[in-house]
Amino acid sequence: MDEMQNNSDSVFQDICGFLEQYNRNKIEITGSTDLNSDLNIDSVAAMDIIMEVEDRYDIDIPINLVADMRTVDDLVSAVQKQKEAG
Amino acid sequence: MDILDKYGPIAERRDSLLQVGLNPFGLRMDKILSPTEALINGRKTILVGTNNYLGLTFDPDCIEAGCEAMREQGTGTTGSRIANGSYALHEELEQAIARYLKCKSAIVFPTGYQANLGMIAGLAGPKDTILLDADSHASIYDGCRLSGATLIRFRHNDPADLDRRLSRLKNEEGVALVIVEGIYSMLGDIAPLKEFIEVKKRHGAFLLVDEAHSLGVMGAHGRGVAEACGVEDDVDFVAGTFSKSLGAIGGFGASNHPHFDRLRYCSRPYMFTASASPASVVTVTKAIEKIEQDPGLIDKLWRNANALYQGLSDLGFEICSPASPVIAVRLSDEQTAVFFWNRLVEEGVYVNLAIPPGTPNGVCLLRCSVSAAHSEAQIEEVCGRFEKILREWEAQKASASA
Repeated sequence: MDEMQNNSDSVFQDICGFLEQYNRNKIEITGSTDLNSDLNIDSVAAMDIIMEVEDRYDIDIPINLVADMRTVDDLVSAVQKQKEAG
Repeated sequence: MDILDKYGPIAERRDSLLQVGLNPFGLRMDKILSPTEALINGRKTILVGTNNYLGLTFDPDCIEAGCEAMREQGTGTTGSRIANGSYALHEELEQAIARYLKCKSAIVFPTGYQANLGMIAGLAGPKDTILLDADSHASIYDGCRLSGATLIRFRHNDPADLDRRLSRLKNEEGVALVIVEGIYSMLGDIAPLKEFIEVKKRHGAFLLVDEAHSLGVMGAHGRGVAEACGVEDDVDFVAGTFSKSLGAIGGFGASNHPHFDRLRYCSRPYMFTASASPASVVTVTKAIEKIEQDPGLIDKLWRNANALYQGLSDLGFEICSPASPVIAVRLSDEQTAVFFWNRLVEEGVYVNLAIPPGTPNGVCLLRCSVSAAHSEAQIEEVCGRFEKILREWEAQKASASA
């Protein structure tokens, strides 16, 4: 459980790193930060971020899932799920 | 809550564009005068944003063929080909495409958008995986979604990245379909097809190339990037449009696959749409003959493309890709791009404004498309008007920072 939590924390940290370039208003990024309404990330930018995440973990995150990813936590759990599947 | 409230933020962004000037995404052309000129707000305007690459929209033979077909066969077909029958002219167009592309068979669709929907949703199913270039056109993304396949996006024009993503696939049940374009519509850059083909062969994947912006433009005979790269036999499926170099409307898919025609009764976007009107269809058949008979059109197009590229480069504009009939001028931000776009229209030059998310990497562009029908004088005039506005903008910037 602890290990899973650690993994999840490190994924969260990595994703925050990828999101930083979009964080123009320098808000505090939390799990519930909304990619579109809080960070103004459009659909193309969201797919670009996912590509970075895919390369970081050597996983695939099908873009079919993008429509359901609203928050940072959604993205973290998608990564976790694909890592476990891989 | 209103049903259209969800578009509020987009509407606000549009309204803010309208406060600056004209509507870049709904400009009215009062009268089209030729393939390269229109009246806009009472001013004769040079069109540099039409995708009318070969200038065939006013070709007298195409027009005559269209008029004759409309007189003899009516204004529309009033139904789909599977339910209401094909006209001979639909099949004749399909034969003309197959002949021109040296393919076994071709299928026509009423628009280029539907061609991608029909091809992609017809070829791939829920058990398959589609790997699509990140910069693919919206019609490709929409076709992918309609197919129900698993969608993996690879880095734009990057065969090594495709290779990596294909290597990761564990899908043993379905097939992998790779989708790329010939020339990309926004930046005007060209796919490295030879390298993509090496990768797709290594992984046993199928390849669909959308030659929408490269048909009639690339290759000695205008058969697209596949011809230019000498790899036509290794491309499994081609998609394309009639609304660019062929000067009409409609789209097609073509292939040497022995069972390609199964799409006619398995691809919903083909099955459940009305077929293209007689006039539309025969103008395309005639336009294909024109290209076959006169490869000089392609040379003229490239002379003009190189001239505009050179002219704008000499002025110091940043152009996103090497010279091609799509010349994407990159500006620093949306405000600058909107200023240039409005001033160009006022000065009698129409180009396309392209801003995120319609562009890759968040870039703001004045997208120019060149035609074989442009005269040298028009190209010079366009460069001159770009220069005038550039000087104005530089003066404004200087006075703002003074």
